[in-house]
Amino acid sequence: MSAAPITPVGPATTRVDVSGALRGVRPGLALAFAIVGFFVVSALLPALLAPYDPFDVNLRDALQAPTLAHPLGTDQSGRDVLSRVIYGARESLYIGLAATALSLTIALVLGVAAGLSGKFTDGVINRFIEVLFAFPVLLLALLFVTVFGAGTTTLIVAVGVGTAPGYARMIRGQVLAVKNSGYVEAAGALGHSYPRIVRRHILPNAMRPLVVLLTLGVGQAIVWASGLAFLGLGVAPPSPEWGAQLDAGRTYITQAWWLEVMPGLAIVWFALALTAIGRWIQQRLEGGQR
Amino acid sequence: MTELLRVENLQVGFGDRQVVKGVSFSLEAGRCLAIVGESGSGKSVTARTLVGLTGGTSQVTADTLEFDGRDLRGLGDRQWRDVRGRDIGFVLQDALVSLDQLRPIGREIDEALRLHDYGTRDERRRRVLHLLDEVGIPEPLLRVRQLPHELSGGQRQRALIASAIALDPKLVIADEPTTALDVTVQARILHLLERIRDEGSALILISHDLAVVARMADEVAVMRHGEIVERGDAREVLADPQHEYTQALLDAIPSTHSKGTRLSPGTPHVTTVPARPARPADAPVLAAEGLVKRFRGPDGRDRTVVDDVSFTLSAGETLGVVGESGSGKTTTARLALALTEADGGRVLLNGEPWSELPEKRRRGRRREISVIYQDPLSSFDPRWSVERILADALPSDARDPRKRVAELLDLVGLEDEHRARRPLQLSGGQRQRVAIARALAPEPSVIVCDEPVSALDVSIQAQVLDLLTDLQEQLGLSYLFISHDLGVIHHMSDRVLVLNEGKVVETGTADEVFFAPKQPYTRALLAALPTLEPRGERPAMPEPSPTPSSSDTVEVSA
Repeated sequence: MSAAPITPVGPATTRVDVSGALRGVRPGLALAFAIVGFFVVSALLPALLAPYDPFDVNLRDALQAPTLAHPLGTDQSGRDVLSRVIYGARESLYIGLAATALSLTIALVLGVAAGLSGKFTDGVINRFIEVLFAFPVLLLALLFVTVFGAGTTTLIVAVGVGTAPGYARMIRGQVLAVKNSGYVEAAGALGHSYPRIVRRHILPNAMRPLVVLLTLGVGQAIVWASGLAFLGLGVAPPSPEWGAQLDAGRTYITQAWWLEVMPGLAIVWFALALTAIGRWIQQRLEGGQR
Repeated sequence: MTELLRVENLQVGFGDRQVVKGVSFSLEAGRCLAIVGESGSGKSVTARTLVGLTGGTSQVTADTLEFDGRDLRGLGDRQWRDVRGRDIGFVLQDALVSLDQLRPIGREIDEALRLHDYGTRDERRRRVLHLLDEVGIPEPLLRVRQLPHELSGGQRQRALIASAIALDPKLVIADEPTTALDVTVQARILHLLERIRDEGSALILISHDLAVVARMADEVAVMRHGEIVERGDAREVLADPQHEYTQALLDAIPSTHSKGTRLSPGTPHVTTVPARPARPADAPVLAAEGLVKRFRGPDGRDRTVVDDVSFTLSAGETLGVVGESGSGKTTTARLALALTEADGGRVLLNGEPWSELPEKRRRGRRREISVIYQDPLSSFDPRWSVERILADALPSDARDPRKRVAELLDLVGLEDEHRARRPLQLSGGQRQRVAIARALAPEPSVIVCDEPVSALDVSIQAQVLDLLTDLQEQLGLSYLFISHDLGVIHHMSDRVLVLNEGKVVETGTADEVFFAPKQPYTRALLAALPTLEPRGERPAMPEPSPTPSSSDTVEVSA
């Protein structure tokens, strides 16, 4: 066989080395990484970045427009908006991650169960997913707030449950695709048991897109949570959570635009950056699957 | 005849990789030039250069690139669009991919006309119907509104040809136009292309199939690594090849070699290949008795895809199963593997009940029978390395898995360095070797080979077929060998089973079936097979009839 001409291996998908992984990174993507990096550090070590205490009331400096001393201005109690945005990152990121984790857990259970089970159970789970779909997230949130009262946990549960059906459907589709793939049949032909095939082939391959869903989901969940907090259904002021800041600044919108714009920008930038990164991971994964 | 196309010193590169290195040829109207070579030889890129479709990252240079007196070098996108379709028609290999899935074929062809401002709406409509009729698509009035997936493979390819010849181009380029098709459908497509050429168009045929080339071409250019290694009159090149690569390509064709001859050059993998010993006619390792399988069709009615199929396979023997797509070959294979439950009949494996057992009891015996698929890539978990794929296939009581994996790799002619690779990082031939190694891992007595070489280039195919033959000699394996390729079946099989619409049409030893076919269907199948005899040295190919596949029947006479 030594005489065999080695035909060139299609588009090379060799092991990822770091320089190779970063070579194709567009400037926009680099910015996205920078933004996410900034907010992650903010969430973990806010004191490192924040110039002031976010709760330090100083009525003499109330409602100052952005200056050098207060780059993003101050709020009605004279608290530094930049510091509050930085401290708010922890709360927002926590809610985003927790809600997404909850959402994906529900989705995994439903999606995998539906994908692996027979026609009847699949149908039952699918109808259930559709019922969940029919509930707007906002309505679910109102329901939870009525039952459990407003707060971080309620917010997480509401967003988590509300966004689960979409993911459940994607995971079910993925499980079905892998279940009907050639390599699952090949494993069956080798005499491997079904549980072993599920464990070794179906679950790991069906999980592949989860990284993407997680990244995209966190950004989405943060937007949802901020929206609910703005409506007073989530974290209440004086918490520096971004949505709560929007809610608190609402009253002063004619005098102090920065109270709305600055936390709003934080939400937008963070969600955009996470989405950009999610898409990038998605492209890379799909590229590798060719 | 006037010269229509002249290409001198054509160079095409992608980045720092030179794909076409100084190719020259010319073509006159009413003639057919075949460009032959394997994947990666640059033949398709050469063809695409002529219609300006090499893509944005390519650098194309040539001393001359002249078509019908017009210099094609440095044309802009808009000018290319004008040339494409109007002057040069381009037929791609895979009609299912090339046609818009969501557009009726009539609209697809109409678009080609509309882009070049052909007549009024009504004139275009008449032209589309005329074209569909001309390429032999039955019931054009009905078909014109159908989507690509509602047509058979042959009809799709015809539709694609119809859109390529819509404006009577002076040159038609066909890139592997029949590679995905059954022989009888292929014969009809070739017939159609012949007619187009006889009506005065020049034809460039890109193919790896020398038999197709022999039938169609006036001139042949053999490409390898981006260069033309041999070029000349088709008859001379095929009858008396001057270049060793052309010779190797010719040797690799299985249909011209009976069982026992080697197809690939170089030292054999096994030290010596002994003459095939006479086989003891003892108990069959695999026996099928009256297999029946029905599927529920889209109309809710049951379709019998395997209808009373019986066969036996003895130890060390190869039983070839041949038939066109839809004949029930693959279902038969799946029934033999007990991957699908039969609606009637039974399969015995090594003399014991097999298909009737519940899956739980079959599982322990699955190591006795394994399978090689047509598309190895999809049969491997994309996350797994070759080592893991093979180790996973070993029986659970294997003593030293690492050593056994090394043995398997060696057995199929792979190197130790391939161990850590993922399937995606291997070439097509290497992947199929891994698939063979995996099939060998449980030490089976029977291997079901389902179109194992259909996706491979002819020389790689030759190596894989030789490997399978060697392994059979070495390990005493039995093969249930399924293929639509009559040449491959003839080369590999001791006995042959011809399937049509789920029924066994004919069975016998390979030589009986191929040299003295008894049934009209088998004869039609064999008649449709292109052979290496060049054009003109045998009577014109008759249209194969009766047409075997009912979905692709009517041929409009020229």
